[in-house]
Amino acid sequence: MAWLGSACLFAGLLTALYAAAASLWGARSGEWRWVASGRRAIFALAGLLAVAFAVLEAAYLRSDFSFALVAQNSSEATPAFYKLTAMWSSQEGSLLLWVFLLSLYASTVLLLVRRRLREIVPYAQAVLAVVAAFFLGLVVFAEPPFATLASPPADGNGLQPLLRHPAMMIHPPMLYLGYVGFSVPFAFAIGALASRRTGADWIQATRRFSLAAWSFLGFGIMLGALWSYTELGWGGYWAWDPVENAALMPWLVGTAFIHSVMIQEKRGMLRVWNVSLIIGTFVLSLLGTFLVRSGILDSIHAFGASTLGGPFLAFIVAVLAGSAALVVSRLGDLRSQARLDSLLSREAVFLANNLVLVGLCFVVFWGTFFPLISEAIGGEEASVGPPWFSRYTTPLALVLVALTGIGPVFAWRRATWASLRRALVPPLALTAVALAVMLALTPAAESVPSLVMFSLVAFVLGVVAQEYWRGVRARRVMAGEPWPVALVALVGRNRRRYGGYIVHAGIALALLGVAASSAFVEQRDARLVPGQSTTVGDYTITYREPIARVLDDRSGTGAPLTLGARLEVEKDGERFVVEPSRNYYGASRPDPQAPLRSFFDGEATSEVDVRWGLLRDFWIAAVPDLQTLEEPIREGDERFASLGSDVGGLLVAALAERFANTASPVTVRALVSPMVAWIWIGGLVAVLGAVIALWPAGRRPLGGVYAARVGRELREFARA
Amino acid sequence: MEYGLAVIVLLAVVAFFVTGPLRSAEREERAEQQLREELEAAKEAKYREIREAELDRRTGKLSEDDWRRIDRELRGEAIAILKRLDELG
Repeated sequence: MAWLGSACLFAGLLTALYAAAASLWGARSGEWRWVASGRRAIFALAGLLAVAFAVLEAAYLRSDFSFALVAQNSSEATPAFYKLTAMWSSQEGSLLLWVFLLSLYASTVLLLVRRRLREIVPYAQAVLAVVAAFFLGLVVFAEPPFATLASPPADGNGLQPLLRHPAMMIHPPMLYLGYVGFSVPFAFAIGALASRRTGADWIQATRRFSLAAWSFLGFGIMLGALWSYTELGWGGYWAWDPVENAALMPWLVGTAFIHSVMIQEKRGMLRVWNVSLIIGTFVLSLLGTFLVRSGILDSIHAFGASTLGGPFLAFIVAVLAGSAALVVSRLGDLRSQARLDSLLSREAVFLANNLVLVGLCFVVFWGTFFPLISEAIGGEEASVGPPWFSRYTTPLALVLVALTGIGPVFAWRRATWASLRRALVPPLALTAVALAVMLALTPAAESVPSLVMFSLVAFVLGVVAQEYWRGVRARRVMAGEPWPVALVALVGRNRRRYGGYIVHAGIALALLGVAASSAFVEQRDARLVPGQSTTVGDYTITYREPIARVLDDRSGTGAPLTLGARLEVEKDGERFVVEPSRNYYGASRPDPQAPLRSFFDGEATSEVDVRWGLLRDFWIAAVPDLQTLEEPIREGDERFASLGSDVGGLLVAALAERFANTASPVTVRALVSPMVAWIWIGGLVAVLGAVIALWPAGRRPLGGVYAARVGRELREFARA
Repeated sequence: MEYGLAVIVLLAVVAFFVTGPLRSAEREERAEQQLREELEAAKEAKYREIREAELDRRTGKLSEDDWRRIDRELRGEAIAILKRLDELG
């Protein structure tokens, strides 16, 4: 069936090119039927790509190793869940996913605006089609996902072991839903510029897409952090790795965008800034995909590196140059309709928030590309590490959290000192109480930046709680409803505002976890033999015995061998057992002369054991010392090499038994990380808030009675 | 062979589908209907702004004077939209 997938991609490429041409012709000639035809071509593209996607997924599920991609990163033994998600572990598959998601996004938005934005839509449609055509060009000519093998192997290589983690398999689609989602507001911004309809129509039409893309990208970043924390075995969740940074940059600029567009919607201001932000966000999204795919920077994502750097770079430059030229040519149409009334206004706070977010993005960009910059200037590659990033991002993050709290208490246009005093006193009082409690009961004062962050988080949560309380109280006065009904009605009728407040609370909680775990983590690395103990924080860790399992990986990754340690942990008289381990997957092409040696030269992953807690996590990883197996490995290779792979499984089982029955040493890394759980909780709270904010309103979002009353009043007002 | 045939069949199906609007007797979607829907969307957005300003007043963020000024401006803009809707009939 590979031929069907390839045919769908080629037909899809021609369809995308037609969509772009028909849409542009419709825009130029004013003949709407050509635009409608172009729109249908986008729908057809989604259909073609759905078939291609299904063909490849079916090949993975059937373990059809005549597909080169399936043979490359799946196997008979790969668990079904990982077979389903293995597609995006490869470059070809992830490019197909990118363009498939783009076709779905494009079809959805074009369906929703089919009777609106008559001038903007044709150009937006053309932009979406051109982006799709670029990615289709890559999968048709450079990285075909449906390449076949003349002699299919009996079994495939299996999925890259590091990726056999539930978070990692959901993480790429989430990131791509984010990256790709930003192409919708980008396309409509270009459409608005091209058609000179630079009002807020394009923003309102794509608001939910922007917010959805931002939420998916943020959720994807969080899943990546969770993967790093539980899979990579170093104990952290963020390493300022180039590919992590590549996802963070569009998220930061996207955050600025979803705030600043509100100023354009309300006041008609910041038009140049807003189109520049969405162009920046989209270009950074392309850059994110490019960084994973180019291999130009060393990364933990090295498994994704390839040679697509050239086309990507050319496309990014073309998008950037074309967009910039369009903005410059439309400066006259982008003049603001209003001026900033007062520095005591929400507009002013949003502007400050935008500057901080863009500043953060610049810091991350500079640190990420510093190796390339230093090489270009001085001829030597130099890189900056986490301390460099922390030095600059920490103060900016503190200012950002402060603005997150301050923003909601300001009114649009102009706030009065009296209203600000009323609004700020309760959260500031809560902040003071929280500060006093932290100073009295915790060691928070040992890290001043963390103490400031904790205080600001208390302030943000206080503001959010107060906003809800004041809103519900106002609703009760207006409608006389009981508290729960008033709360539901308040959120339901002002989803964007109150969903946004929940997002603020979620981000604050996540940053609470980041600050606490960064400043107060305790770590111990120790080499232990059975019976020995070590300590980390208040925990005493005693190595009881080595463990070995054959084809019994508890994480369900299908690892043939697991070696680890059973350790007893004691704290304040309470005891529990942990079993960190390491999975060994064997070499994809074992050396027939040394099957055992090459088995251990293959991929291996850490399976950490974490005791999650709201106040602290106990985290432990173990690396078995294979010295005790050196002799049996050498003997086994000498005696059984001639028997080939038939006895390989038995030999590995024998080695496992040997490991478990000798006093095999292990090297453990144990961490006590305070409040890490709040990163994940905060992330989920933020996602919940985003879902509320973008949940579509009903047909009459204002409520029939209210709309009728406003309408009647407005008509009476007009007659007066 | 299979590939070439599949490309031809797929392109034929796609071509039939996408040229529907070009073959249609109704050669132009009604611009008036589109304008009406855009104005309805603008009206909804303006009403929402009016209501948000009212919520700001009730939650103490806007003074009575500021709210009256903003509300008057917003209602004026809403009236302009309603007039355009009325003109469409």
